Amino acid sequence: MLSGILAFIALASFFGLALGLAAVVFKVESSPVIDQIDALLPQTQCGQCSFAGCRPYAEAIATGDAPINLCPPGGENLIQSLADLLDVEVLPLGEEEDAFQGPIVAVIIEETCIGCTLCIQACPVDAILGAAKQMHTVIESECTGCELCVAPCPVDCIEMIPVKQTLKSWRWPEPLYNANNKEADTIFTTLDQVLAENVRP
Amino acid sequence: MSLSSTLSHLWPFPGGIKLTSNKTLSNQQSITAAHLSQQLIIPLSQHIGQPADATVKVGDKVLKGQILGYAHGPVSAPVHASGSGIVTAIEEHLVPHPSGLSSLCVFIDTDGYEQWTDCSPLISTEQNISELSNEQINEQIANAGIVGLGGALYPSAVKLRTAEKMHTDTLVINAAECEPYITCDDVLMQRRPEEVILGIMLIKKIVGAKQCLIGIEDNKPEAYQALLETISGYNSETHIEIIQVPTRYPAGGEKQLIQVLTGKEVPTQGLPMDIGIICHNVTTAAAIYHAVYRGEPLVSRIVTITGGAIKHPQNMEVPLGTPIRDILNQAGMDESKIEKIIMGGPMMGFSLPSIDTPVTKATNCILVSKKGELDTPPPAMPCIRCARCSDSCPMSLLPQQMYWYAKARDLEKVQDYNIFDCIECGCCSYVCPSDIPLVQYFRYAKTEIWDDERERNKSNIARDRHEFREERLEKAKAAKAEAARIRKQKLAKKKALNDQKPLEEAKSSDRKKNPDKPDSADLIQEAIARAKAKKAQQQSKKKNTDNLTEAQQKKIDEINERRRKRSEDKKSAT
Amino acid sequence: MSEYFLLLVSTIFVNNFVLVKFLGLCPFMGSSRKLEVATGMALATTFVLTLSSASSYLVNHYILLPLDIEYLRTIAFILVIAAVVNFTEMLVHKTSPMLYQVLGMFLPLITTNCAVLGVALLNVQTGYGFFESILFGFGAAIGFSMVMIIFASIRERLAVADVPEIFQGAPIGLITAGLMSIAFLGFTGLDKGLN
Repeated sequence: MLSGILAFIALASFFGLALGLAAVVFKVESSPVIDQIDALLPQTQCGQCSFAGCRPYAEAIATGDAPINLCPPGGENLIQSLADLLDVEVLPLGEEEDAFQGPIVAVIIEETCIGCTLCIQACPVDAILGAAKQMHTVIESECTGCELCVAPCPVDCIEMIPVKQTLKSWRWPEPLYNANNKEADTIFTTLDQVLAENVRP
Repeated sequence: MSLSSTLSHLWPFPGGIKLTSNKTLSNQQSITAAHLSQQLIIPLSQHIGQPADATVKVGDKVLKGQILGYAHGPVSAPVHASGSGIVTAIEEHLVPHPSGLSSLCVFIDTDGYEQWTDCSPLISTEQNISELSNEQINEQIANAGIVGLGGALYPSAVKLRTAEKMHTDTLVINAAECEPYITCDDVLMQRRPEEVILGIMLIKKIVGAKQCLIGIEDNKPEAYQALLETISGYNSETHIEIIQVPTRYPAGGEKQLIQVLTGKEVPTQGLPMDIGIICHNVTTAAAIYHAVYRGEPLVSRIVTITGGAIKHPQNMEVPLGTPIRDILNQAGMDESKIEKIIMGGPMMGFSLPSIDTPVTKATNCILVSKKGELDTPPPAMPCIRCARCSDSCPMSLLPQQMYWYAKARDLEKVQDYNIFDCIECGCCSYVCPSDIPLVQYFRYAKTEIWDDERERNKSNIARDRHEFREERLEKAKAAKAEAARIRKQKLAKKKALNDQKPLEEAKSSDRKKNPDKPDSADLIQEAIARAKAKKAQQQSKKKNTDNLTEAQQKKIDEINERRRKRSEDKKSAT
Repeated sequence: MSEYFLLLVSTIFVNNFVLVKFLGLCPFMGSSRKLEVATGMALATTFVLTLSSASSYLVNHYILLPLDIEYLRTIAFILVIAAVVNFTEMLVHKTSPMLYQVLGMFLPLITTNCAVLGVALLNVQTGYGFFESILFGFGAAIGFSMVMIIFASIRERLAVADVPEIFQGAPIGLITAGLMSIAFLGFTGLDKGLN
């Protein structure tokens, strides 16, 4: 009996010491996981995830404090790639489901702008140019469409408009041609139908 | 002929399919000239790379061949007026592109005079091209806006300059034209072989190739004969060989033709230049001839108008920018029969979004099919893993694997299966017994990958900008804190001094003895008054708030009201 | 020498821990969605299995037997395994943080992986010597790894395949595992054939 207790105490303290030593040897300084998550996030810094930016959200995901479906600008694709990275289940996009409808940018209606600089202070990526009492303008190519500048504007002169598609940014649609999907074959015939209508004046 | 028999051995390329060519519909007639349209619509982006910058203004009178837009950036090409007239608009218009999107176009109302701008040929046919420097020819080609007319649309001058720098020993001229229905290269070689040959010699001179191989499919005996006769007029020093290759789709693919002619395989995701070969299309060669020997920029091209719903299938020389509707009317389309209108061939072409789009440098063929002429694939059935797609793939890819991953949107895996080597020839979709639109999936996956890359770049920039901003705010905060600390220190010092002062000042009974040093309390009072005055002035002079209309004033009032309410709500909430 | 080889063949194929003895099914189903993760899990388990079968032999032979406290064997082995798993966890965290993140709960759960305790107990039961114990643990781990990797590869393919809706996810995974198990039963008698 006693020998058993003693043996276990000895064994446990031996393993305890060994593990304590190992913990010192294999000390982990910082986690690169956060960087990898951060690299996937769209960097709009919009705060729609309730965190103060993309990096804090990435940290929260890494520690398991936040689910992966809080980022509307990233959309389904982001959730998919985060799920792949972290090997977790794909979750549906949280909150309002129709929240995100393609990329948008802010545009300042120049006649209304009073030059208050509030939007400049709000912009997380310095995409608004202007000075006090001067008309402001948005650098379209740098705007992430986070909408953070809309609320502070005292004269409601900022509008969010969808980004115009160009020949370069155009993407082929995903073929929906599927035996299970009876409606699907319309996608390839629509063009032809439009055409048939156009040809006859 | 001895010239063609020197190369006795041809190499096969993997995969490929036999197709009914349907070329005799349009390759028996000579080239007709298209009627001049009343309006020309010339897109500023007719090539790979950056669109040209418009140099003309609305209302300008332009001559045929006059430049409309300069090349923008290193990979770009200028655009020229293809008829004389007046610029009536520079705006977005539907262009022939599968997306059905618009792009910036220059509209010219033609005056019918067809007056040319000054064309200065570099050389005449009597002279020897060795008198010209490579740079001169290249300059001329670049200024003429010539791009790869086989379908790649890559600016030719850029390609030639790169080839000149690299060690290029073989020039392959692509005259295979393997897609069914299309005959524009065929008739060009039949009717204007000397233009082709002279153009080829110019290309050969620039790239410094030792030999030149013209690959032509064996279903074009007339064109082959015409080229052969033309070349026999030159001495054998030209080192140009014309080789008939078996008709097998896609023998006209750049990489396939190179493999058939030389037995060399272009490395994955590489260019022919990597193995010392450069490939150009016959139509491009003819365009280079026009630029150098006649000084004419690229303002027209030969377009095949064919298909079951066309009354007179033919090849037309069409000024760029001519609305497709006009040339279809000229060739006579039977509107009751029309099923599809396709730009390009039945394999790689796409349905035109509208026939009011213009002819561009890319338009090689307009195929107007009648019902039942082309296969309309029935709805796709599940993949049965028969692997016919892999057997037919001329690039030795695994379409079935790529299909699974493209469908699951696993973009990484699709790239592992070398999707970017896919030439979108359509063989896999053609042979698929389940009628799966495989090429559609690959196009979809490719554009998704590019889009992802763009998004990633954009978010990287956003991240940098955000981090920079954070850093700047941090610095500003630190600077402010530092300033506050210094101020505090100074204040503390002053206070310490002041504490001593009253003792001294108490001694001097009358403060007003020192008028230069007014009382500090007075100073503060004064400053406050000044600030107040300034504020009042500012308020009365608020910019943008003078001359408000009633509606604007009302709106502002509304907004103010709303803001007041909101702040009240907040207060009550807390 | 041939008996060692037979021991390996037997543990890897004939008496595969997962598909024939049905031990260690938890990580088998839980972390086989992606090949990379499955490989990581397989490596970690291999490390733990080999190390724990060695150390449990030592503990059994030099502590439990001399002190005549074999009745504490199970508890002692769990202690040993827990220590080894903890050590492995640190090692993985240091060398591959991504794998650490991805394996998450499954890494400490190796402690309760019945395959690990099973190997340790079977070693004692069959009376294997030190070297044989290690070989037995290693063979079991190789068998586990092989099955993990095969299964993960199949599941990766299944993820993009046209699986009927009601079978998607775990159901088709379980059916696949069942089919694999049937296939592995085909190895029965292989060791006799080799003899």
